[in-house]
Amino acid sequence: MSNSATINLPDASGHFGPYGGMFVPETLMTALQDLEREYHSARKDSEFRKELGGLLADFCGRPTALYFAERLTEKLGGAKIYLKREDLLHTGAHKINNAIGQILLARRMGKTRIIAETGAGQHGVATATAAARFGFECTIYMGAVDMERQALNVARMRFLGAKVVGVTAGQATLKEAINEAMRDWVTNVRNTHYILGSALGSHPYPMIVRDFHRVIGDETRRQILQREERLPDLLVACVGGGSNAIGFFHPFINDESVKMTGVEAGGDGIVRGRHAARFQGGKLGVLQGTKTWLLADADGQIELTHSVSAGLDYAAIGPEHSYYRDSGRIDYDYATDDEALAGFRTLSEIEGIIPALETAHAIAHVIKVAPAMAKDSLLIANLSGRGDKDVSQAAEILLA
Amino acid sequence: MNRIDEKFQALRTAKKTGFIAYITAGDPNLQSTPTLVAALEKSGVDIVELGIPFSDPLADGATIQAASGRAIAAGATVSGVLDAIREIRKTSQIPIVLFTYLNPIYIYGFDRFHGDASAAGADGLLILDLPPDEAARNAELMKSHGLLSIRLIAPTTPPERMELIAKSAKGFIYYVSREGVTGEQANLSVGIASQVAEIKKYTTLPVAVGFGISTPDQAAEVARESDAVVVGSAIVRRIGEHGSAQNLPEKIIEFVKPIAEAIRNAT
Repeated sequence: MSNSATINLPDASGHFGPYGGMFVPETLMTALQDLEREYHSARKDSEFRKELGGLLADFCGRPTALYFAERLTEKLGGAKIYLKREDLLHTGAHKINNAIGQILLARRMGKTRIIAETGAGQHGVATATAAARFGFECTIYMGAVDMERQALNVARMRFLGAKVVGVTAGQATLKEAINEAMRDWVTNVRNTHYILGSALGSHPYPMIVRDFHRVIGDETRRQILQREERLPDLLVACVGGGSNAIGFFHPFINDESVKMTGVEAGGDGIVRGRHAARFQGGKLGVLQGTKTWLLADADGQIELTHSVSAGLDYAAIGPEHSYYRDSGRIDYDYATDDEALAGFRTLSEIEGIIPALETAHAIAHVIKVAPAMAKDSLLIANLSGRGDKDVSQAAEILLA
Repeated sequence: MNRIDEKFQALRTAKKTGFIAYITAGDPNLQSTPTLVAALEKSGVDIVELGIPFSDPLADGATIQAASGRAIAAGATVSGVLDAIREIRKTSQIPIVLFTYLNPIYIYGFDRFHGDASAAGADGLLILDLPPDEAARNAELMKSHGLLSIRLIAPTTPPERMELIAKSAKGFIYYVSREGVTGEQANLSVGIASQVAEIKKYTTLPVAVGFGISTPDQAAEVARESDAVVVGSAIVRRIGEHGSAQNLPEKIIEFVKPIAEAIRNAT
């Protein structure tokens, strides 16, 4: 795979090979094309980059640490394990990187109102935070089921001045929240910017969201070279839509020696309707603006999904992940609810870090593969978010 | 000639505005779809839009979303909808436009769907989330097999896109008269006449106007400014209300007939 081939994705029309694209109602086409134009001009604007860099440093707390997990390494007895501490960012997860980037785009476009969807509530909190910081009116759509299991984040969004609208359609989780946000956007497109929170949906979102999260991988690369004077052997990240994973992996895509694994939500195990692992029994289809792998029945209806983590409980995977899965550049595995909960517990007890339940899927994979790796090999997991939001849900399951 | 083109030719000759009615196929169940189409035809509807239900209809408002949910729950499938069209064709030649999202068709097989739907007796297809630029970029999404590709134009569509859309459209242009999802509106958007005139700079196809029309007065107002009027959610809501009633077809005729008359008498 040549450098230019991967760096230039998506192509001019928003495709990652056969994936991606702009599968949206006509009302949104112009807004998406405007967003793409604005993004390309912002990217070349040194003032924009300077302002974004300043906010990421002073408001969000970048760069985040690359932490050597000494006790986890000892316990597993294999690879040397590092954690990229996105959990230490303002608002508690990587999501703020993208929310801040997109709010600057919204301001450039002269929009006055912000909307977003949220699953676990981390993207909603990040967006509400960015909206508060820049004085935008803000509405967050969230599935009613997720509002219950992520009640802490609902309260945070409200304190930040956002209106949180519960969505009761379908299974009342992330997918329905996106449908509702898209409906709002179709209706209010002239004054509203939709801050999509994952590397999903129509072009240009998968590209924009990835680029705003690339800072994770760029910092990691610099930090590990400084610490170990060599590149890592394996990178691990959880994958819902896939924003933390693609931002973390992307700067290493052309480093052939670096292996990468994305970890999907295995739920109760790979049984129809009981998991959210799109590469386990999924199909190629089109959902919410993008062509990608998704969970649908034989008639094209989107299937129910399940995961203990609201942020991974979604029926489609970001289109760029489908591309790298085909090319073999990134491997994909899954962790079940039970494995993720064990990872949640282990990291809390051994390292004094309570991870988000989403992130706990990546930790579960580390626990699975690190012991068999050579002692001098380097493994880095992206610790995409902290687990404060999950404490009551985890307590119900683990301390019952 | 395709039934849609024939119908518009006849309307033009008679100097009449057409009436397009939307219902979701399979709501309340697939057996009732042919009966409801017959009721629409009897009420004076010129063209029927049949929605193939999808689990995630993000361009539709609450009314059609609920109808899609009812239809899927009652067992509607893509091939079931095609069976219903075959049933309709036993007694009726009313033009049928299928209205849906890409995923059900993509998973059925895009090419295969076009062949099967055309053979069953459908005349046109409107895929809400397949803009013409995207269709042109995917060779696998170019098949038509005699189904006319109906295209949408929105109030946010700039002139250069109107030209692109018009070029790939067949049958008629569907002008979405307001920004937003499908659903009834108390006040129609202004500027319909000037928008229709703008679209006609780029096409000789008839322009149908829809999204939000629910009363005979509104229908008459739009009829004076367009080649056809589309009414959807207002009918679907009544199907939702009377779904289990024995006299559902009569209830629908009662609602639809005055709208058809208002359109026919509009000058």
